[in-house]
Parts: sequence; C-alpha cells; structure tokens
Amino acid sequence: MKSPSTPNVTRRSFVVSAGAATVVPPAVALVAGSAQVAAAAAPHPAKVPTPTPAAAAASVPVQAAKPPKPEPTVYLFFNVAEVQFIEPACERLIPADESGAGALAAGVPNYLDKQLGGAWGAGERLYRSGPWIQGTASQGYQLPFTPAELFRTALRAIHTDLAKRGSPFNELSAEAQDDYLKSLEKDNHDLDGVPSGVFFDMLLKMTIEGFFSDPVYGGNRDMVAWRMIGFPGAYADYYEAIDRHGVKFEREPMSIGEDGHGHVHVHPEIPASVG
Amino acid sequence: MAQRLKEVDVVVIGVGMVGSILAKELAAAGYKVVGLERGSTRFTVPEFQSPGIHDELRFDVRKALMQDNTREPVTFRNNTSQTGLPVRRWESFLPGTGLGGSMVHWNGQTFRFQANDFELATRTRERYGKGFLDPDLTIQDWGVTYDELEPHYDRFEYLLGTSGKAGNLKGQIQPGGDPHESPRSRDYPTPPQKEHYSGALFRKAATSLGYHPFPQPSSNLSQPYTNPEGLKMNTCVFCGFCERYACEHYAKSTPQTFILPVLLANSNFELRTGCQVQRINLDSTKKRATGVTYIDNAGREFEQPASLVITSLFAINNIRMLLLSGIGKPYDPGTGKGVVGRNYAYQTMSTVASFFDEDVIINPFMASGASGTMINDYAGDNFDHSGLGFIGGAFIGAVNTNGRPIQYHPTPPGTPAWGKGWKDAVVKHYNHTIMFSLHGSSTSQKQNYADLDPTYKDAWGQPLLRITFDFPKNDLKMAEYVTARGVEIGKAMGAKQVVGSPRKGPYTTQIYQTTHNTGGTVMGNDPSTSVVNRYLQSWDVPNVFVIGASVYPQNASWNPTGTLGALTYWVADALKNKYLKNPGHLVST
Repeated sequence: MKSPSTPNVTRRSFVVSAGAATVVPPAVALVAGSAQVAAAAAPHPAKVPTPTPAAAAASVPVQAAKPPKPEPTVYLFFNVAEVQFIEPACERLIPADESGAGALAAGVPNYLDKQLGGAWGAGERLYRSGPWIQGTASQGYQLPFTPAELFRTALRAIHTDLAKRGSPFNELSAEAQDDYLKSLEKDNHDLDGVPSGVFFDMLLKMTIEGFFSDPVYGGNRDMVAWRMIGFPGAYADYYEAIDRHGVKFEREPMSIGEDGHGHVHVHPEIPASVG
Repeated sequence: MAQRLKEVDVVVIGVGMVGSILAKELAAAGYKVVGLERGSTRFTVPEFQSPGIHDELRFDVRKALMQDNTREPVTFRNNTSQTGLPVRRWESFLPGTGLGGSMVHWNGQTFRFQANDFELATRTRERYGKGFLDPDLTIQDWGVTYDELEPHYDRFEYLLGTSGKAGNLKGQIQPGGDPHESPRSRDYPTPPQKEHYSGALFRKAATSLGYHPFPQPSSNLSQPYTNPEGLKMNTCVFCGFCERYACEHYAKSTPQTFILPVLLANSNFELRTGCQVQRINLDSTKKRATGVTYIDNAGREFEQPASLVITSLFAINNIRMLLLSGIGKPYDPGTGKGVVGRNYAYQTMSTVASFFDEDVIINPFMASGASGTMINDYAGDNFDHSGLGFIGGAFIGAVNTNGRPIQYHPTPPGTPAWGKGWKDAVVKHYNHTIMFSLHGSSTSQKQNYADLDPTYKDAWGQPLLRITFDFPKNDLKMAEYVTARGVEIGKAMGAKQVVGSPRKGPYTTQIYQTTHNTGGTVMGNDPSTSVVNRYLQSWDVPNVFVIGASVYPQNASWNPTGTLGALTYWVADALKNKYLKNPGHLVST
C-alpha cells in the first residue's frame, strides 16, 4: 500500500474523508501536482446515524504499514520457557518482511497469551462431555484438552524434545526453526497425548487470528495487518464508495477500541464470549 | 416437580422468524399466545450497536450469536458404519439462538423456489423418464404448489421490504430480472441494491456467454421502507458485517425490524426468554398435545398447558423436539420405514475463485450480505439434464459478502500455509480476487437421516440429535458440472487464474458451507413418507404444527428462507381460516 504523500500514487487511489459530523458535498477533485483523487463521502439518502467514535475522527490519510513501536508483553499465561518457543514460532509463521510487520511486532504472542489465559483457553464454546473417541477428519476435534491444556502439554513435550536435541527453539536458525515447525505440522508425532499436527493447526489458526483480529485483543498492533492488505477494519459505511468501481479505497483503518483521537485502547480482557 | 401454569390458546416454541410471524398473526386474531425462547432478549438498540458489533473474532470466529454448543451440540457421522461423535465446535453450519433466532445473523439472500421444485419427483419423472434417478434418492413432491404459495411469498417479501428486480410478472418476462423465475404477482417492494464491482464484472462476462444475469434479491434494503406492519427500515450501507452479525442499522430485515415491535405491543402475546423446552406433552392417547414442559434459566421446571403447540425451531431442533416428544415414528434407514428424521438434506456449495492482476481493485470489504449478481441458467431444472446423470443445479453468482481478513484472505492453490510465501500471497491477492458462490441443490437419499444419539446428552440430560449424512453422488456430479460453468465465467471476466472448487465428499463438519439444513420432518400428502401434511400439521398429533426448513422434502438451488417465510404465511392462513375455527385434521388420513 502506498502513502498518499508518495508522488507516485496510482490514478486508481483516492482518499476518503468520512463521518456523519463532516457534511461535505460529493466532490471529486484533482490534487495539484499528483494524479491523486480526493473524494468525500456524502451522507447516503437513508441518513443512518453512524454512532461510532471514528465518525468524529474526520479524515486521516492512511499510513504505510511500518512496524509499530515494540511494546513489552506482560505474559499472564505462558511461562519463560514457553515464550522462548512461542515468540519465534509465531514470527516464522508470519515473518516480518518488506510488506510489513510480522507476528512478533504485531503482538500475536500477546494475543495468544491473553486468549489462552482467558475463557477461550478454558474451553469456551467447546462441548466437553465424553466419551472421548477419536473419529474421522469429518468429525473434527475429539480430544479432552482445552486449548490451554493442549498448549501447555504440547509445549512441555516440545521443550523436552528440543532439550534432547541440544538447542532451545529460540537459538535455532530460521531455517532450522522452519524445519522443526514443518515436522510438527506434517509428521504428527505424539506430544504427551497431543498429536503435533493438532497443536500446530491450533497455533497457526490462532496466530492468524491474532494477526488480523481487532487490536483490542492484543495483537494486530497499530492495525499493521489491516494496513498491509488495505482492510479498513471496523469502519463500515461504503454507501457512496461501493459503485466507484475499481477505485482503491484508502482510509486510516479503525479499531472498535478507538477513541475520538484515533488512539486504540488495548483491552486484552475483552472476552470473545457468548453474548 | 414442574409448576403447572395457566392454560393458553397457543404455545410457540422458538421466537425466531417463524415463531414471531405466527405469534403476531394469532395474537392479532385474538388468541392468547405464549412464546418460549431459549436464548435472551435482544434488540437493535442497545445489543447490536457499533463499534462492538464489528468484531470479527467475537462474531465470526468465536460465533457469539450461535446456539450454545457447550450445552446443546449435535453428533455426526458420515454413515451408519461409524459412531456418531459430538460436533464439539460449530463450523459447517451455524444455528443461532435468542430472540429473532438464526435470522438475526443471516445474509439476507431472499429467494423463491421455482414451480418445478414443489413437484420435483413428478416433474423429473415426466421430463426424464422413470429410470433417470439414482434409486437411493428419496425426493418427493411437497404437497403444496408454487401457485398456492405465491401470495404468501409476496406477503413475506413485502414484510421484509426485499430489494430486487422482477424477471417474470404474471408471465411477462421483464428485462433485467431473472427470466427463469416462476411468475410473480408484482415486483419487489424496493429496487435492487447497488452493484459491487465483482458483480459488474460478472454481469459483463455472463452476458457475453449468453446467460441472464440479474441482481440477487436482498433483504438488506436499497432504500428506506415502511412495511405493512407500519415498521420503518433503513438503507444498507454495505458495512461488510452481515452474516454471523446482527445489523446495527435497521437495514437487514430480521424479526427485530419487521415484526417484533408489533408483536410485543400486543397484550395477547407473552414472551418468555431463557426457557428450554424439554418436550411437547401428550395425553394418554398420544394423539393430542396438552402443552409443553420447559426449564428456565434458574433451573425451575414449568408445565405450560396449551390447546395448540407450534414448534418453530431451527430445522435440526424441530426434528429433535418431535423425537424427544414421541411424535411421529422415527425413521429407520435399514427398513426405510418411519418418517421423523427421514430426508435430512443440506446444500451443495461450491466455489470459483478468480485471481486478477493487481491493477484490478475489488474492495471486498464493501459488501452487503446479499447484493450479488448472479445467474439461474444452471439452477434447478433450468437446463436440460438429459445425459448428465444428475438432477438439480446451482445458482452461480459473484456474491461478495465481506472482506473480513481472519477468515477471508484468498490465495491460489500451491500457496504455502504459512511463512513468507503465505504472507506474500495474502498481500498480493486480498484486494484482487473475486469469489463466486455456486449454491447447489441437495437431494434426499435413503442413507441420510437424523435420530437421537444413543450416548451423548445435552446439559439437561436429554439425548443429542445425531445426524448421519454424506453428499449423494447425484449432488457431487451436479457440483462438478456447474463448477465447470462457473470457471468459464471467471475466465470470461479476464481473470489471470481461475480456480474451481466443486464440492467433494465426504461431507465434513469442519468447514463452513452453509446453515441451510433441511428435512427430517418433511411435508407431503402421504403419511408414510411425511411427518406433516400440506398445512404443516402433524399427521399423528393434529394440534401440533411443525414449521421450519425441516419440512422441505429436499433442498433446492436457493437459500431456503424466502420459501420458509411463504410457508409461514401459508400456515397462518390455514390456522386462522380453517384449523382454529374447527380444530382437527386439516387433511384426512
């Protein structure tokens, strides 16, 4: 994604200034010195109020997906040995590169920690009555472990395994880390009762969740993942934009935790729970 | 010991779409109605408001609006040689809970079935001959015709304010609409929603191939609307948080917008939430219901006597309610005898992904749940099946419902599942991909059914429903054929790479497909192959009516909600004008 200040902005991009408080007539104007088109979203005919904090935030040009400032993570669930696996493993699953931050800078390990330490880790939304019979792939997860128990069990077995091999995960080269993760993914060896493939799948799924979910959950810091792909987040009124076909929509993404100044408050204790 | 409550005229089990419409009709006609809802009370304000409602993790991934599967899941197996095991997390389908039911989290795709669908067995035999069908298939006629349902479809669409364009007005084909639709008495109440770019590209390509694209009928409204109940709704703003979410804008038609305010204002109606109905009670003859027994949120047990019991639950829960109550003979796949649980069917969903160059900007996050552009040229029996070896079909549409990135980040085949290769592909394709939905019919067959699980129990100690299901060969062949047509359209759009994914077996509970479970308490004219008659009245216990997609003898090529709405008004009419004037069997056995 390009910053609007970049001279080389594509003709197909425009910046939207939106918000119920900002009543601007529909306008399309060429910005001098560039091919950039600025457009303003007028209120749509239904005059549906947009009761969002960002409604008052007016227009903010989208910022490039630069790595957010590192924030120290206070681990509530993972112990020190577990963190030595989780942090580099998440970063190998979604590495930092020229497109933007990886899982580590995005705070994914923090997301995992808060999820596993909360209701989700304790088996929220998981039917937990036996008998425990292993079935077919079509029948899905049939282990008695909660996510927290599953991580704890698997991580302890991985720690023991790596200790035998001589190096903890965080001291392996990136290639060796990838090879080890692949062995967990494909070989499906036993981690004290947890098939390694089941653990790997849950780790990958939750890493992607943490990367792309709203920053209030403690990952996707500074909405880096949303900037990377151009997803505007919780912002959600495209009535005027939807029939500007093929035109890139550029707007600062919005979190559900934003105050009127565009600052995201992290609420790791917000449970993704039953309403 | 259950506390016995004062008798009422009607008890409605489940206050979702069907329950709230029927309760309103009967309360307005002067009957005392109690609605029992297991979930909580919830309204557009304050429960559905932004920004909290736009939370993909909570609503999409964690499924906050769905039936509490920690207390009440189902068990599943692909065939009778396997052991049914609990679906420990919802994935393949997502039944809702709470006031307004599953409709609160629907996408708003509001179709009619075609005349042919209601007489599928007869018309298939007439057109293709007796030996055409796989002998395992148990498709049958509905016992009601399209012409009988047409006024009720119309009433339902006007209740919702559905946005669309007629294709067939009283037999006259209308440009811009669906020329394959069965005749409608008037146009949709509101014009189609704006077209997304993916739909515009689809429209052009489909037209170039000689097909007949039209705007998907949507109950996310294109303009402000006041329905015949006097309730006002708003214009959809394409927020991109529709299916699995409640609508904050009064723009998606749900019971909260189109009926509940009127129902709740009627003193003949009483809503009780947090009530888990355990069973419908029968008298000693087992031919008459005396009411229901339920347990409230505090664990207290009540008996609610009623003259008429309406079970208006999500399809699979209707089946279970009858089985737990001992109403109707359970189906036995070994002998083919019995009816409750028979003809459980689903929907055969396939996809086509079209990957474009990076100068084609799709903006997938600008979306309503139902503003697609689609064709019906390969749906139902709209094409000649001679020599194809299957019946049925699918609508093919560019139905761009969202770009929520935890679950939507399309990548082409061969992309690694993680690492830099994955990340590169996600960044490259997120805003440059169009997904087609190929929404396929589902035939019923002998092997597919539902019964009570012999092992696993719910939180109240009652047996779970066990679903035994795999895709009939007929439907997999259909998916293969129709997906190939979808790939041709993707190529005609000029996509760089087009990937067709026809639905393959075995059916899995682990991948979301659709929440269109049908059958199990099917309607018909023959008590040996149906649970309810053409008025959705139990053949066995005539003061019990069963209304839900569970009455569909098989499922058609479209989303089932529009037809369920029509059936709801059809039943309301039969109750008010026939049954309640003279309670008894509406169809003699």
